[in-house]
Amino acid sequence: MIEIKNLKKSFGSNLVWEDVNLDIHDGETLAIIGKSGCGKSVLMKHINALLTPDEGTVIVDGHDIFKLTYVDLRILRQRFGFLFQGAALFDSISAYENVAFPLRYFTKWKEDQIHKRVMECLDMVNLSNIGDKSTAELSGGMRKRVGLARAIVLEPDYLMYDEPTSGLDPETSDEINDLIIYMSESLKITSIVVTHDMHSVLRIADSAAFLDEQKLSWYGTIDELRISKHKRLLEFIKASEYQIG
Amino acid sequence: MDILHDFGRYCKLLYQAIRSSTEIGTYYKNLFAEMIKTGYDSLPIVMLAGAFTGAVLTIQTAYQLVVSYIPLSTIGAIVVQSMVIELAAVISGLVLAGRVGARIATELGTMRVSEQIDAIESMGFNSVSFLVVPRVLASFFMFPVLYIAAATCGILGGLLAGIITGQVPMADFMKGGREYFFAWDIVFGLTKSIVFGFVITSVSCYKGYYATGGAEGVGKATTNAAVLSCIYVLLTDLLLAAILL
Repeated sequence: MIEIKNLKKSFGSNLVWEDVNLDIHDGETLAIIGKSGCGKSVLMKHINALLTPDEGTVIVDGHDIFKLTYVDLRILRQRFGFLFQGAALFDSISAYENVAFPLRYFTKWKEDQIHKRVMECLDMVNLSNIGDKSTAELSGGMRKRVGLARAIVLEPDYLMYDEPTSGLDPETSDEINDLIIYMSESLKITSIVVTHDMHSVLRIADSAAFLDEQKLSWYGTIDELRISKHKRLLEFIKASEYQIG
Repeated sequence: MDILHDFGRYCKLLYQAIRSSTEIGTYYKNLFAEMIKTGYDSLPIVMLAGAFTGAVLTIQTAYQLVVSYIPLSTIGAIVVQSMVIELAAVISGLVLAGRVGARIATELGTMRVSEQIDAIESMGFNSVSFLVVPRVLASFFMFPVLYIAAATCGILGGLLAGIITGQVPMADFMKGGREYFFAWDIVFGLTKSIVFGFVITSVSCYKGYYATGGAEGVGKATTNAAVLSCIYVLLTDLLLAAILL
């Protein structure tokens, strides 16, 4: 379980948000929604301590992550998978090697074991025929899927997605959404998804947190979101041109 | 304030690099790759710069020493000493500030703005150990090799220029070179090359590691890395001459 307590973050004199409190339960898929620039990705990067807050803390399975030593923090981070907005694939190595990368350093597996696990993960994201393609040869959707395969290769407990469908066509977005649902349901991974795509939110999430006006403006389940009368949330949903049926 | 802030962050990065230099398992693969990129790949340009500097030095010294009572062997002494004490280290340092420094800042800067460094951290790696340590360490091993190559080519270039133009016979050049050759000069040159290597790679790593702002930010980091490396090479050159000679 992840508990976010009284979190506050500013960059210089610009306050991003303050007083953010949020619980993410095991097995849940939480969507963090809000306008561009409201600090969704910044909030997610606090969950595995890629950024440090001005105030407040994040507790992961009882551990205050900002009080951990760097060595312990790195061990904890291995339990997180992170799909970055642009996939953040290492462009000096092939797509296959990107997926194999964590295994080569964090396991003592032999080459055939690594190959088996890499192919398993690539198969899950429907890219088993990717071979030794360089990352430059991949389309946006393929990059995201390779990034997802790399994120799950160490069998994480938590999976974080930063704008997983941004910049993709509707069909490819749906494929990515299907994968997120598959990861959540089949692998029982707790997922946190940063997005402003309401279509995705309603398909994949169990609950949603709405960041607005430099605070956590609304938080509830997807069923509650469907009937919410929160003015700013409704405006956001309307602006995203999605009607809740 | 900006200079103090920069200096503080630079010292912090160095401290982290020193602390994580024991994590050999993380960076040894990168170390060999970096030694090839920094050392082997830079050999042609360093040898070329050394050879031409030596050749020009011979011709210009012969032009200036037109007085008949100064023996021709003096030209050999001047060329050999100048190359060993000063020119081989400084010329290769300036060339490498552009070639190696710019490459490092671009690589790390691109990794920073495309979130590849965040990806490394989020997987549980120590990004400083993974990216900074092998680059700085490679310079420690390879800059002395490049210095020796530059000095050797400089002396040979000077010798050949003397023979081809007929201004300094081989025997005179060799005699002068031997007469004023001191082993300490080589120690001094090697020390300078190690210091230059450290300055160039650490400054470039710092500029790239903390790059911000997309392609423009990477360009700025690269330019700053190359310019600052050149300035620091010249400053440390003066400092070492004052301290060690």
